[in-house]
Amino acid sequence: MSNTVELGVEPRSLPLLTCPSKARILLEDGTAVEACGFGAEATVAGELVFTTAMAGYPESLTDPSYMGQILVITHPMVGNYGVPRIRVENGLSLNMESEGIKVWGLLVSEYPEYSHPEAIQSLSEWLEASGVPGAHRLDTRWLVKKVRSRGVMQAVVSVSRDPPGWEELWRRLRNSPRYDDVDYTAIVSPKTPLEYKPGGPVRGRVSLLDCGVKHGIVRGLLRAGLEVVRMPCNSSPDELLEGFDGVVLGSGPGNPRLLASQSRVAAEVATSGKPVLGICLGMQLIALGLGASVYKMKFGHRGVNKPVKDLETGRCYITTHNHGYAVDQDSLDEADLKPWMINPDDNTLEGVKMRGVPVIATQFHPEAGPGPWDSSWIFHRFALMVEGD
Amino acid sequence: MEAPGKVLVLGSGAIKIAEAAEFDYSGSQALKALREEGIETVLVNPNVATIQTSSRIADRVYLGPLTGWYVERVIERERPDAVMIGFGGQTALSLGVRLHDSGVLDRYSVKVLGTPIEGVKRALSRRLFREAMREAGVPIPPSTPVNSVEEALEAAESIGYPVIARVSFNLGGGGSFIAWGREELERWIARALAQSETREVLVEKYLYHWKEIEYEVVRDSRGNMAAVACLENLDPMGVHTGDSFVVAPCQTLSDYEYQLLRRASFIVASTIWMVGEGNVQLAQNPEVRGEYYVIEVNPRMSRSSALASKATGYPLAYIAAKLALGYGLDEIINSITGRTCACFEPSLDYVVIKAPRWDLDKFEGAIQSLDSEMKSIGEAMAIGRGLAEALQKSVRMIAIGEEGLTGRYYLENEPLEAVMERLRERRPYWPLHAAKALRLGASIEELYRVTGVDKFFLLQIKRIVEVAEELRRHGLREDLLAEAKRLGFSDEQISLLTGVSRGEVEETRLSIGSVARSKLIDTLAGEWDAVSNYRYLTHSAFEDDEWDMGKRRILVLGAGVFRIGVSVEFDWGVVSYSDEARKLGYTPIILNYNPETVSTDWDVSGNLLFDEISVEAVKEAVRITRPLGVVAFLGGQLSNNIAGQLEREGVTLIGTPGRSVDVAEDRARIHELLEDAGVEQPPWVEASSLGEALHFAETVGYPVIVRPSYVLSGTSIRIVRGPEELRSAYMAAARSSRASVVVSKLIDGVEIDLDAVGDGSMWIGALIEHIEPPGVHSGDSTMVLPHYSLGDDETKAVARVADAVNSELEVRGPFNIQLIASQGRVYLIEVNLRASRSMPFTSKITGYNLMKAAAEASLTGSIRGLGDSTLLKPNAWGVKSPQFSWSRIKGAYPGLGPEMRSTGEVAALGWSLWEALLKSWLSVHGNRLPESGGVLVYTPTGEGREDLATAGETLARAGYNVYTLEDMEAWGTPLSHGEAVELIRRGVIGLVATTSYAPKADHKIRRIAADLGASLILNHRLARMLAEALSRVDVSSMSVATLDEYTRRVEEAWRYS
Repeated sequence: MSNTVELGVEPRSLPLLTCPSKARILLEDGTAVEACGFGAEATVAGELVFTTAMAGYPESLTDPSYMGQILVITHPMVGNYGVPRIRVENGLSLNMESEGIKVWGLLVSEYPEYSHPEAIQSLSEWLEASGVPGAHRLDTRWLVKKVRSRGVMQAVVSVSRDPPGWEELWRRLRNSPRYDDVDYTAIVSPKTPLEYKPGGPVRGRVSLLDCGVKHGIVRGLLRAGLEVVRMPCNSSPDELLEGFDGVVLGSGPGNPRLLASQSRVAAEVATSGKPVLGICLGMQLIALGLGASVYKMKFGHRGVNKPVKDLETGRCYITTHNHGYAVDQDSLDEADLKPWMINPDDNTLEGVKMRGVPVIATQFHPEAGPGPWDSSWIFHRFALMVEGD
Repeated sequence: MEAPGKVLVLGSGAIKIAEAAEFDYSGSQALKALREEGIETVLVNPNVATIQTSSRIADRVYLGPLTGWYVERVIERERPDAVMIGFGGQTALSLGVRLHDSGVLDRYSVKVLGTPIEGVKRALSRRLFREAMREAGVPIPPSTPVNSVEEALEAAESIGYPVIARVSFNLGGGGSFIAWGREELERWIARALAQSETREVLVEKYLYHWKEIEYEVVRDSRGNMAAVACLENLDPMGVHTGDSFVVAPCQTLSDYEYQLLRRASFIVASTIWMVGEGNVQLAQNPEVRGEYYVIEVNPRMSRSSALASKATGYPLAYIAAKLALGYGLDEIINSITGRTCACFEPSLDYVVIKAPRWDLDKFEGAIQSLDSEMKSIGEAMAIGRGLAEALQKSVRMIAIGEEGLTGRYYLENEPLEAVMERLRERRPYWPLHAAKALRLGASIEELYRVTGVDKFFLLQIKRIVEVAEELRRHGLREDLLAEAKRLGFSDEQISLLTGVSRGEVEETRLSIGSVARSKLIDTLAGEWDAVSNYRYLTHSAFEDDEWDMGKRRILVLGAGVFRIGVSVEFDWGVVSYSDEARKLGYTPIILNYNPETVSTDWDVSGNLLFDEISVEAVKEAVRITRPLGVVAFLGGQLSNNIAGQLEREGVTLIGTPGRSVDVAEDRARIHELLEDAGVEQPPWVEASSLGEALHFAETVGYPVIVRPSYVLSGTSIRIVRGPEELRSAYMAAARSSRASVVVSKLIDGVEIDLDAVGDGSMWIGALIEHIEPPGVHSGDSTMVLPHYSLGDDETKAVARVADAVNSELEVRGPFNIQLIASQGRVYLIEVNLRASRSMPFTSKITGYNLMKAAAEASLTGSIRGLGDSTLLKPNAWGVKSPQFSWSRIKGAYPGLGPEMRSTGEVAALGWSLWEALLKSWLSVHGNRLPESGGVLVYTPTGEGREDLATAGETLARAGYNVYTLEDMEAWGTPLSHGEAVELIRRGVIGLVATTSYAPKADHKIRRIAADLGASLILNHRLARMLAEALSRVDVSSMSVATLDEYTRRVEEAWRYS
């Protein structure tokens, strides 16, 4: 983090912006922006990241992996179709990625009036009810390019009729913990196991290590015919293996290097001989546990348009990504892992398999939500493994 | 897959409604992709105005008919290894299927690249498509063919009301109707059955107010797929997508809806074994979650795919060509970033709106309501950081005289009901009516009920109206001004609303820092750095994206939206000129907004600013790019018309000065200029009263031409033959003119065009002779190069005019002079100090690229290597024929007059005038010699009887059965009108030759011929010449040679003046 900020610098804004609720955004490099506010009147500090997904803001906002982050959506029109009723049964959202908004702040270019038959409220109302501030009428592309060139930064967003001064925001920014230093999993992990049964015939029973899993993963497993038990993030290997035909290590927020015990659990589960599927954080835990290394990416992969190449078949899939960390490909050998999928654009490792045992893992999100359903076959592949194919 | 050494690419022929310049763009990209692979390319396309028929794109170019017999002869001669049929629209695709089915491709071992023929057939045949979709489990709208009232009621019962009953074979687009219940169906079905030739009616579920969504899908031979774009029609189902306002990316779909439809598109693409690119259309129920149908798939590049390419920056045609060669999606590089692969889906950090442009006013009798058949003639694409900004830009871009959604039409007062009626009737340009209706008090709910446009879009329009009304109330308040600019209001529009002058609006705007910024289109929403230079302007930005613009920049204005009279020929000028400028060491930045064109292919233009062409936008572009000057003489009227204003506001023009452009428009000053050259103008008067006009006509004698002195869009120019006609024409012209009415004598003779480039001291050009007489718009005329009937005196007089114009008007670039030669004298009709419509024709037939001279004259001050002013003489004969779209414009009267009505053109070459003429005429889509041998020849007014009689006689000698009309006799067996209609209907008469513009006399006969696809010859001189050509030339022995082969020896031949 840079130690100085030139508070004398004029904040950037569109000419003569008039809005009832004002937003102030301050980045750790001193970038200051004034915009219009919507959603909740609040001040938050977090890591500024961007997603290039054009639709699916309700899914993105409820993704627990966005804990601790302020999200920029690069498509300029956000909120168009309002917000549908979030249906939750037994702690599982049937149409979102969790029970509520997980993002800490939202920045968009344009927040329009909405219309959709399924909408029960506006995006602004939803943000407000969730205590999350939003800002619009700013040059988000300009902001994204800053992130692209300098890497992700800590930022503070404040929305109010009368927002605090820049000095105060700067203090707030400096005093807030860095994203990489916080373990968010405790906040989003279930305290007790939650059990779900598929609609059709059961092909097997799996445990799911839930450190903030996207609910789409649970739904993907259920659709593949698997019984799922969501287990707390601090579960032991025995708890995950005992009575289950396979184990899923799910997605979740934050720095995987802070999750040393979960990494050990992941390694033990992976070498148990039972089929294991890791997704996103799950893949990183397996890699770390087995001795590979994980690095923080400059600005991560967040979007629903990313190619992933299957190195075994040569096929290419369009996939959903949300990760700021990645497994170092050069460290795989030590971990007995082999590359399975890569992103051909930057060669980021997007999938691994373990040699000799039924362990597969993806860095991307086969459950999509938002994004294309093209790689949902991975859940079926895993179900076959569970069945003992 | 083994790489082919030589590939034949089929073009789409002339521009017509539903097949426009997008296929010049896609064909050019495909040819470029092939050339990169070292593959030799052969192109068949008679559209002489295209860029793809310029030699730099394809190795061997054939200007000739896109018909089985001609292409077979090309194949026989060229022996290509493979053919690409997916880059020339429906014309090329259907032709490819026919060549396959007739065994030609097999006989010469020509492979079809891309989607296999079996897959194409699945997509094209209604039956095969339905079967394939059912098998794949993709929902399609339920429909049942019925032959009786009982069957119809039964079918409707099982499908569920509302249903639409479509007459399976019908004339004039009538016959289909919507039934909301049993009673309604019972009432109308019998009539519908009776209207059908086959007594068959299709009863289909009516998708009332459903959303229409399109996905552009790429798929490689390994089955990898990507949905490159999601396009959402603002208009609901029922309006042809070509006539819809379209937004990209899709704006109202939730992720679930988006993915559901995307997946269905992928299944469709797989089901037809697509390899390359295709477009899938779907309908989505706006009320019921997850209910949708697949409507159709285009297994080829389409208008939508061209739009998607421009909207996303993803070069679909180029990629499709590579995929057809066997590459995998992940093996192709995304050329925008230069690093990432083509296996991805572009993310847009902007909003794109496509707006259609119609010209229905030019067609007498044309049905004005929009329906499932396309009627628009062109389109514009607008890019903004918000939807409102893009939508308002798009309205200005279609050049109908409206400054955004709240322009002159919005401000004119009229009852709300009149506006609502236009919406109910589905009249063109609904957003304008919607905005006005909102101002007059309509609610969003009401508008939704009437239009079926998703309320999300209507709410955006409402926001625009709110700001417009605040501007009207409060005047030019600074914060309102800033907000208005963000919502896409132009300075001129704000001036109209506030009553403050445009200059003052601009001044205030600049004082508060409200300026346009340029942003990059990079396919990845800023995630990766782009190496391309494809940009747009927005008022929702803090800063310009970095721009390495290069040195010695010039800003080249394009032609904008295509309309009748402005089409691909101007784009050819823009692209060719830019190429030449680059060779001279300049960096052209192209400003244009037509998604169909080659010039808006960022890969071609190098530096592309995709935005409006207006005084405001050009000034903003100049402020950002700081060019040496602006080139305004290539883009037709649009850019030419603002040249003077730009110059007055301090913008440096390149080439001929703006003040000269103004002089050329001034008849009196042109008159003075020409006196010295010994050339006259036809007598004319600028009449400020009807009496004056009548007096003038009495003095000079009828016929006279009547036109408003300032022509607004769609205003008609008329030829009148007597005082009665003059009275009504004068009144009509006076109504549509802001000033006076010009009346001029119509001189009978031969119309000629000089296309030339001058540098003030010398000029070079060529003379084109028209077959049709004066009074037929030059754009609708058949043009011949070289001239065939002019004498030496006449050509010398033309040269004297050119000398005078060139030196007196300080020409530094292209110019065009239209004249009439009559009895040894030459009359000047018009001088245009800009590129003309016929310049690609002139350049290609003579083998001398006028744009090269234009670049030299305008940028260096002189044309290189020119010893003296020169009239070019081509090596072979070239003939250019107009393409009409009569069958597309239901109800319109097919006839020629001083108002242009053709939509495109073709040209062909031959070793004789007759060969070139016949080949060119046959290259027009829809023109064919009647297989039945039946020809109808008549004159509705008596005009041209001699020529038509000669034509009839000549055709009879050539073995045709020649008929005529008993009351409009020319030559042949007389028929009553009823009999003639019947013989056309039965296919006995397959060719109709007539003349004059007389809708009251023979509308029915011409219309039936157009609806049933009988060929039409609409002028007596053309009829006589074509008959002559037919009697002299055997179609099967016409020469087949490349453009280069016809023009090869031109170097020795051209100097003859």
